[in-house]
Amino acid sequence: MHRVKVRVVEDALDANNTIARANRDDFDRRDVTVVNLMSAPGAGKTTLLERVLGSLDGVRAGVLEGDVQGSYDADRLASLHVPVTQLNTDPGFGGECHLDANMVRSALPELPLEDIDLLVIENVGNLVCPAEFRVGEDARIMVSSVTEGEDKPLKYPLMFRTCELVVVNKIDLLPHLDFDLDALLANIEAVNPGVPRMLVSARTGEGVDAWRDWLLDQAAREVPA
Amino acid sequence: MHELSVSSAVVDTVLKHAAGRRVTVVSLRIGHLRQVVPDSLAFYFELVSRETLCEGARLEQEYVPARLRCAGCASEWDPEDAWFRCTRCGGPGEVIAGDELEVESIEVEEAACTA
Repeated sequence: MHRVKVRVVEDALDANNTIARANRDDFDRRDVTVVNLMSAPGAGKTTLLERVLGSLDGVRAGVLEGDVQGSYDADRLASLHVPVTQLNTDPGFGGECHLDANMVRSALPELPLEDIDLLVIENVGNLVCPAEFRVGEDARIMVSSVTEGEDKPLKYPLMFRTCELVVVNKIDLLPHLDFDLDALLANIEAVNPGVPRMLVSARTGEGVDAWRDWLLDQAAREVPA
Repeated sequence: MHELSVSSAVVDTVLKHAAGRRVTVVSLRIGHLRQVVPDSLAFYFELVSRETLCEGARLEQEYVPARLRCAGCASEWDPEDAWFRCTRCGGPGEVIAGDELEVESIEVEEAACTA
């Protein structure tokens, strides 16, 4: 028995990215725009969806709901009469704290891709691991709520710099908090220069029109040939 | 927990290239921007590699410092100093080093040639 060095030089996430591209091809073939919605737990992802999914002006939306366990969010969205598919990371995936491309691929047969134009993948609430794993999305949305602290973009730069939109949620709470909104916006700009940002209160509805318009704009985009 | 998912991805990549051979050394290049804690990665690697051909393999982690280049004026800087906005012209920074999460090489055992 002797030892041999094997040169590999491969990104450890290549396998995930390959599956993500296959997912993306499947979505593109059916003209479905896919957004990956990410945030810390409790930032308001589900409430933001509740606000807009019922009023998307003819765009047929569906949701893939990622959670470690349970279907609490999916149950909340069920009343909006949009197709919601639950994907739990607990059984079979070891209770992972994020969705990866293979988990989303396993859910493809249950998604009504022929009947929707827009698929929102609500990722597991977590600011770290979801940033590492592409799932086949066209765009990534990061929700940051003002109760989380203005330094979050600097503490979790990978998440903030790999997204195409930052939604700053819970702005109705600003009068009650010692929160420096300008500092948050400057920190977002520092790690992701030029990324679009939106100030929203899912609770009061302030800014929700812009959030809806952004989703409609994504859904209207042509699939690149 | 970040390191748990990273170490799983590493073990999968290594096993693919090991092609059935026992692995004795795994060499990684990890960029600063990946926010990987070396001790934590070593801990999870040991855990995830159990009962695989990677079990007991020595994990080598080469740290790669981050470096950004301005898309406008091509000046370079360390993001610890100014994050992603060029200090000279204000242009956006592009990552030229520090994003690595790479299996650089592995060492495997092979049966001695008897020919």
